Formats: sequence, structure tokens, C-alpha cells
Amino acid sequence: MATANDKQRSILASLDWLTIVIYIALLGLGWMSVCGATYDFGQAGNFFDLDTRSGMQIMWIGTSFVLAALLLSIDERFYDVFAYVLYAGFMLLLLATPFLAHDIKGSMSWIKIGKFSLQPAEFAKFATALCVAKYMGRNDYSIAKWWKFLLTCFLIMLPMGLIIMQKETGSALVYMAFFLMLYREGMPGSVLFAGVSAVVYFVVGVRFSEDPLWHLHIISLGQFLVLLLTMLFTIGLMRVYTDRWAPILRVAGYGLGLTLAALLFSKFVIPFDITWVQLALCLGMIAYLFMLAVKHHSSRYTLIAIFAIGSLMLHYSADFALNHVLQPHQQTRIRVLLGTEDDPRGVGYNVIQAKIAIGSGGLRGKGFLNGTQTKLKYVPEQETDFIFCTVGEEEGFLGCAVVLLLFLALILRLIQLAERQPYASGRIYGYCVMSIFLFHVFINVGMVLGLTPVIGIPLPFFSYGGSSLWGFTLLLFIFLRMDAARNHFVHS
Amino acid sequence: MYSNRKYVLGFIATGIVLVYLVRLFTLQLMSDDFKRNADSNAFLKRIQYPARGAMRDRTGKLLVYNQPAYDIMVVMSEMNDVDTLDLCESLGITREIFDQRMEEIKDRNRNPGYSSYTQQLFMNQLSAEEFSTFQEKLFRFPGFYIQKRSIRQYAYPNAAHILGDVGEVSPADIEADDYYQSGDYIGKLGVERSYEKQLRGEKGVEILLRDARGRIKGNYQNGKFDRAPIPGKNLTLSIDLELQQLGERLMQGKLGSIVAIEPSTGEVLCMVSSPTYDPRIMVGRQRGKNNRILTNDPMKPLLNRAIMGTYPPGSTFKTSQALTFLEEGIITPQTSYPCSGGFRFGRLKVGCHGHASPIPLIPTIATSCNGYFCWGLYYMLGNRKKYATVQEAMTTWKDYMVSMGFGYPLGIDLPGEKRGLIPNADFYDKHLGKSWSALSIISIAIGQGEVTLTPLQIANLGATIANRGYYITPHVVKEVQGEEIDTLYKTRHYTKVSRQNYETVVAGMRQAVVGGTCRSANNEWYEVCGKTGTAQNRGHDHSVFMGFAPRENPQIAVAVYVENGGWGATYGVPFGALIMEKFINGKLSEASEAKAEAFANRTINYGNSER
Repeated sequence: MATANDKQRSILASLDWLTIVIYIALLGLGWMSVCGATYDFGQAGNFFDLDTRSGMQIMWIGTSFVLAALLLSIDERFYDVFAYVLYAGFMLLLLATPFLAHDIKGSMSWIKIGKFSLQPAEFAKFATALCVAKYMGRNDYSIAKWWKFLLTCFLIMLPMGLIIMQKETGSALVYMAFFLMLYREGMPGSVLFAGVSAVVYFVVGVRFSEDPLWHLHIISLGQFLVLLLTMLFTIGLMRVYTDRWAPILRVAGYGLGLTLAALLFSKFVIPFDITWVQLALCLGMIAYLFMLAVKHHSSRYTLIAIFAIGSLMLHYSADFALNHVLQPHQQTRIRVLLGTEDDPRGVGYNVIQAKIAIGSGGLRGKGFLNGTQTKLKYVPEQETDFIFCTVGEEEGFLGCAVVLLLFLALILRLIQLAERQPYASGRIYGYCVMSIFLFHVFINVGMVLGLTPVIGIPLPFFSYGGSSLWGFTLLLFIFLRMDAARNHFVHS
Repeated sequence: MYSNRKYVLGFIATGIVLVYLVRLFTLQLMSDDFKRNADSNAFLKRIQYPARGAMRDRTGKLLVYNQPAYDIMVVMSEMNDVDTLDLCESLGITREIFDQRMEEIKDRNRNPGYSSYTQQLFMNQLSAEEFSTFQEKLFRFPGFYIQKRSIRQYAYPNAAHILGDVGEVSPADIEADDYYQSGDYIGKLGVERSYEKQLRGEKGVEILLRDARGRIKGNYQNGKFDRAPIPGKNLTLSIDLELQQLGERLMQGKLGSIVAIEPSTGEVLCMVSSPTYDPRIMVGRQRGKNNRILTNDPMKPLLNRAIMGTYPPGSTFKTSQALTFLEEGIITPQTSYPCSGGFRFGRLKVGCHGHASPIPLIPTIATSCNGYFCWGLYYMLGNRKKYATVQEAMTTWKDYMVSMGFGYPLGIDLPGEKRGLIPNADFYDKHLGKSWSALSIISIAIGQGEVTLTPLQIANLGATIANRGYYITPHVVKEVQGEEIDTLYKTRHYTKVSRQNYETVVAGMRQAVVGGTCRSANNEWYEVCGKTGTAQNRGHDHSVFMGFAPRENPQIAVAVYVENGGWGATYGVPFGALIMEKFINGKLSEASEAKAEAFANRTINYGNSER
């Protein structure tokens, strides 16, 4: 039995210092960006003054280091023992938040404690990750058992729902990242494929709904493409999941052949809306798949048929969902992103200004504190959600590349660490952490570059704010503590 | 189990970062648009307009100067919550005008430099009174700014054609010279246009930092890139204002031109084109309207007849013929030709008036005999010993004419000068076939037929004779502040005729004043030399005079051209005499003043005939 001191020493020895170096590097660059984003031309630059955001951020960084040290000294078994309790506690806190919170720009997610405001949603992530890891790490857990899978989904969706109730859709969407972890843990790839397909249908359908096909103004290009994709995806699924060639060729031949024939007839003989032909062909294809299912006693054909039905339903409900379910500002954001609406003074303003700020940086940037767009407040929320603009403008392409590659290094390193965990729960928690970082970087940087919708979530270690910085530090250092104890687990 | 999926996830992360790097590459390195956008966001380039150069006449009288005026500028993106009705009321415009102006500003075809972030010209040239009422309310109209400008002022109602005017730049001007921006002013006519580069000076610029709400945050890099405006250069014109005023007074109610040149320098002393207009109406916001009225006037007041009107020179042209024939040895001062009521050759007849016959050259010039010059041209073009062909003879003749400044623009420093017409051999080959002779074109010898000159060219002929054989290109700007004038305006251009032959012609012109067609120009103060012209045309004859004085050390050469004025002696001679008297004596005698007043009140009825 080792003494506490010995153990502490072995923890420090087996701690992954590479991750910590990346963490500190990102924090340093992040702090520079906050300085750049909040500095005003002509101001006497004291970046350590606690009345400025850069000074406050120094304080948040300092407390994060204390927090990190604290986390490293807590026994890893603590998290396993208290995972459910923590989860339950945070769910109650999330539930109570809207009642305790005061309204900040329509969001009910901030609780005021003394001088500071904290956002419980940022801390619920680690609790959810711990809980899911513990549940899925049980020996009797199997993702293939549908009720267990559903319970896992429930554990993830519960905080999502509670956060949506605080009108923080962006923070809620982060929980979608857990599906990456589920994929690693054996969730069928087809679920991920179905999810991606749904996004593709939605984007293609909305983006091209007003465009004509081949100058035929009675046919919507969006509708044509979605129906064509439905057919192609279905054929692809048949190719992957079944091994009879004849039905595949039959569906491909009749389906695509008749679509082409209808298109040519409409173009050169009598113009008519060929999407009705496509719909009929898809329904025929679905009927044929059910017939095959019965004939060969194979549930695979049934599942593929359900995919096709789901595709059609999603397509025909997408417009309805866009126009009636989503809130107007969300509709506009989506339309602006997809390019069907131009709104340079409104929603599009943020994205345009962000692109201008980044684009004006060039290769080497304008230099620390020399960015004009960020200093003169052209970029909105430049020290929080749009912080990456400051990096782009002041540090240029090279600075952006360094930051993105640091994040990539962090994420790849986390995958490596997760994979070396002796227990499933450690691995699962590691993947949760990695997925959350990946999702934040993907959405936040993508939004600033005009590639993903404007969803207000912070860029880890860069965006100003204590809650998110503490939240990310918690996520990361709990995992580093688990990782440091990997050998200890094996021996005990 | 499923551990291969770690590669899929690693691949997704790497893929995302790669896509973002490519996107960053295209945004930051492939295009300058964002850089320019960022600059137009953050930098407010406040233009500082220089004062346009002033103009004075040769005696130092201030002719053209600047007066403060105020432009109202608008920045569209800052125009929030503006009470349009209140604004219109303060500016004294209607809602329709406001909306129309806004549309015009946003129309990128008409306003290529439009940006909703920069100041656009909304209304120009408010007077000090209009401005002061608006300024009180300015704080209520965010996005509206005042730009102090200067408005051109013309001190006298004279010399409109010489001074010209300024107007807003056209899209073509902006296209041609990127110095200009929409809303800038540019010289449109006259000296304002030909000396635009000297008069305009150079705009200065102040680069200010502007934040997203339009607040100014100081100068960029403490003004390191700012430039102060350089004021335009002042000009001294060669024009004598009083002489110009006299000329314009004489020409009231008549069409035509008076041009006076100082022979020794080529400086234009006055340049009258009638009808004229008051340059003060071409200023400010009425300019467009008045410009349209003048453009549509059938008498074409905007046309500067002195350099754009091309007329048959009539008998004034005979001096140039005498010089040519003498120099080519066709005649000597003693040569006499018969004239019995004109030039007769077979059935061809060019009429003449009654005078003794035959007479030598000097009295010929004095009496303006047509026959003599017809014979001269006949013998020159028919001289097969000297010239192999009629074409060769014609070419020689033309070279003499061109050397005297005819047939091409002289190069005066005013825009739009015409060249007139001096026919050459090719011209007649084309129009008459190859077999033409002097007889076919005989009327050019007396300044009729195909020959046309501008009044400036006629005056320049006078200056050349006064100088006995050379001229300096006429010009209206005597001095440019801090700059040498073009060497063209200091160079002597010698004609092909020698000084002694000029003396003969001078003697003839003196004879015309003493005892010939120009008798009324004779006076006791100084020796005047002159030549009348009575130019035939489709209507009533044009009255022409060309002369200079004094005979020795001439101070002034004058050309007078009064359309349909009749005999040269009717208007041409007295006008020329008055101009000379005014310039040489500095004032008119009492008798002359009375005469001038009488002429000023005489009008010629032009009806509605096409000009």
C-alpha cells in the first residue's frame, strides 16, 4: 500500500505534460486576443487592471490554475463514486436556474453570485460526461440493447432540454457532441449517417428551393435534388447492407432511368413537374423494399425502407419546420447562412464584419493591438463568441493556423489518451471531453468564417469569461487526473 | 471493439481543421476585397478642399474669386431615426425631392463611388443664410454633415467666354482622372477648364478612425498619413477688363467678335464674342438650369465666336495675298494690273468698285481692289516656269497661308479652338477633278470662296503684319503664380515672308487709313494701319476690319467681325478705331465716347434665320 505522498508523486510523474503545455499555450494566446479585442485606441494600456476585461481574464486564468491544481489533488475515485450525485445536483441546478437567473439579452442562464455571474450550463457538461461515463462503463452495459441506448440518450438529452428552457440553444446543442463518443462506443454508423443525411436534405432542400432546374421554372431544383439524393442514398445503403445484386441494379436502373427519361421529356417535349414522377418512383422503391423484406425474411430491407420513408417525410416537413417551428431570428440565421437571404445590416452583419476583420489580416496580420476592425467595434461580441476575428486580424493567417493546429493537437492527443485508459469509463469520459472541444472549435470558428450557422458558443480558452474557462478546465483536468492514475488502477 | 473508429474521429477533426485552413487561406490571402472593406470601415477620409486659384486682369482687377458655401453630406448607414419631414422643412425642399435625391445617391450607375459608409453629397452650395438655419438643427439629423466648400464668384458680368465656369464633375471626368470624386468641381469652359490643373490645387486628406457607431476616434497613426491641401494657383489674365467691357458694349445687339492682341507678346487684350452672357448666372445651384437655357438659345451665346466661329475673312485676307505674291516674285510693289470694274476673264467676272486703273500695289490695298488680287493669284497659279503644275503652285500658296497661322488652330489656351479652312491642292483635286486652274478658285484671292478664318486668326494676321513677319501664339493667361507660362507663348513664329515685303503691305494699310477705305480710323494721336473687309455670304455682307496701331512699335492689333453688318467701314472700322483709342490712350475722347454709345444702341435685325 503506497502512502499518499508516494501516490501524489506518481501522479505528477505520469501526468500528461504535453496536454498541459498545449493548454497553457492556448490560454496565453487567448489572453492576448482578449487584450486585442478590448483595447481601445489611445487608451493607456494597462492590461492587468481588474477594471478591464483583460485584467479580469488574467484573474480567471489564475483561478483556473488553482482549480487545475485542486483537481489534480483529488482522488480519481471521487468522480466515480459521486458521478450520479453530481449529475443529479447539476440537473436540479439547471432546473432552478431560470428562476434564479436575471435576464441577459433574453438568456436566462446566468446566476449572479456577488460581483460575478456564473453560467451553470458550462459546468453541467462535465457532470453529464462523468455520469454517462459511469453508466456506460458498467460491465453489463451494451449499446446494442436498445433500452440501454435510449437511457444513455436520455441522460444526454435531459440537460439539453433544461438548457433550451433557459433560452440558450447554442449551449444546448453542444450536447450533440456526445454522439461522437457514442459512435466510438459502437453506436451503429447508420445512425450517424442518417443524422448527416437529414442535415444534407435540409440544407439542399432549403438552399435550392427557389432555383429552377435546367431553366424549367415549374420544377424546384431543391426538391429534385433531395428526391434524387433519397434514391441514391437508398441504393448506397442497399449496396452496403445487403448482398443481392439484382434488386440493387433493378432499383438503380428503373429509378434513375425513368427520372432521366422524365427530365428529358419535360425539357424537350412537354414541360411538367417531374418531382411527381420522382415521388412515385421513391414510393415504388419503398414498396419493392418491403416486398424484398417479406420474400427474404430480412429486416435489413425493412430498415432501408424506413430510411427512405424517413427521408421523404423529413423533406416534406423541412419547409414546414423552417417556417413554423423555428423562431424568426433562427429562420433568418439559417437562410442567411444558406445564402437565400441577404441581410447585411441585420443577422448577416456579424458574419460580414467577421469576414472583413479576418480577411483584412493577410498573412502576418496587422500586429498585436493594431487591428482596426476589432478596436473600432465593427465586430460584435468580439471578446466572446467572435474572438477568433481578433486572432485573424492581428495575427493573420499564420496566427490562425497556429491556433487551429494547437486545437487539433489537443484533440488528437485526447483521442490518444482516451484510448489508453484501462477502463471503459475512463475512455468514455475522455471521448466526451474530446468531442466537446471538437464541437466548440467546429461551430465557433466555422461561424466566424461564415461556414456554420451563428450559434453563440465560446471558443475554448479564448473567449472572455470565467464560467466557460472554468468549465473547460474542469473537463480537461478531471480527465488528466484519471489518465495520470491509469497505472495505479491496474495495480490495485 | 470498435477501436478503429478512433481513426474516423481523428480524421473528422483533421478534416475540419484542414477545411478551415483552406477557408482562412482564401479569405486572408486570395483577395484584397476584405482589406479594402476594412479600410473603408475604419478610415474616414475627410477631404480638405483647397481654395481654387483667383483670376485678375492685366491691370490687377480681381475678376474671379471664391466665396464660402456649404455642402450637405450624408452617410446613409448612420441615418437612423431622421425626421424626414423636419429635415425637408429645414432645407426648404419637398419630400419628393428628398426621396429622389436619395435614389440618385444610391444609384451606382450615376454615382459610381457610392458607399453607405462614406459621406455622399446630398445638397450643394448652400449660402451662408441657408446654412445657418440648418446648422442649428443639425444635431437632430444623425448621418448628416456639413462640408465647407467655396463657391466661384465672378466680379463682373463680362468676359464669360474667356473665364468659363466650373460645374460638378461628370462620370466621364471621374473616369478620365481619378483625382476627382463625385461631387467635386471642375472647370467646364474657358480658362477655368484650360487651366484646371493650376487652378484646382491639390486636395488634402485627413485619415480619421471611425468606430462602428460612426464616432471619430482620432487621426490614424497620429496623422502620419494626412496631407494638407495645396491651394490653387492664381492667374493673371492678359485681358484688359475695361477694353473687354468696351468691346462687349459695342457688340450689344450684334453677332460677331472683337479680338485684340498685343503684337509684341501675343497677349490677348480683349476677346469679345457676341451674344455673351453674365458668368454670374453659371454659379451655384442655378447653373444647370441656366446652362440649359443658354444651350437652347438659337443665337448660341455659349459659342465663343472669336475662336469657334469660322468666317470668310473678306478683303482683310488680301494683305496675306500681297505678301505671298511679293515674296514669290509674282509681283513687285510697282506691278499694276488693270481693273475696269473688276476682274474679267472670258465670261468670268469678279466685280469691283470704281477707282482709278491700273494702279500699283499700295493704292490697291488702300482701295481694296478685287481685280488686282485675282490677277495676282491667276499669274501665280498659272506660272509654269516657277511651278511645274497648278497643284505645286497651290501647295506653295497653302504653305504661305499656314505659316501665317491659318488653316490650323493657333493653339490659344482656351478649349474648343477651330482651325478654319485653307484649301490645298488635294482639296480641289477632290472637288473639281484634276483639271482645275486659278480661274476655278479665283475668289480665294479676295478672302471668299472656300477660305474661312476665325476672328482670332484675323487678329493674329494683324499682329503678324504689325511685327513685320512673326507672331507669338495668342494667349489669354499672362502669368501663373509661381510657374512659368508655356514656352509656346513666348516663341516667335516667323512666316515665310520677309520683313521688307511686310513694310510694303504696312504702307498700303496706312494708305487705307489716310485716304482709303478706313478713313474714319484716322486720328491725330498716332498712326493707324488698317484693312477693311466686306465678306459676302448667303445673307447681308459681314462687316470686317483688321488693323493695328501705332505704325511703329505697335501696341495693339485688332480684328472686328460683325455678322451681316454690311460694309467693312460701317461697323468694322469704327469699332477697331475705338478699341485702339481706348487701349493706347487709356480712355475715349468725348467725341469717341458719344460715338461708342451710339453704336452700342444700334442693333442688327437677324430675324429668326439660322445662325
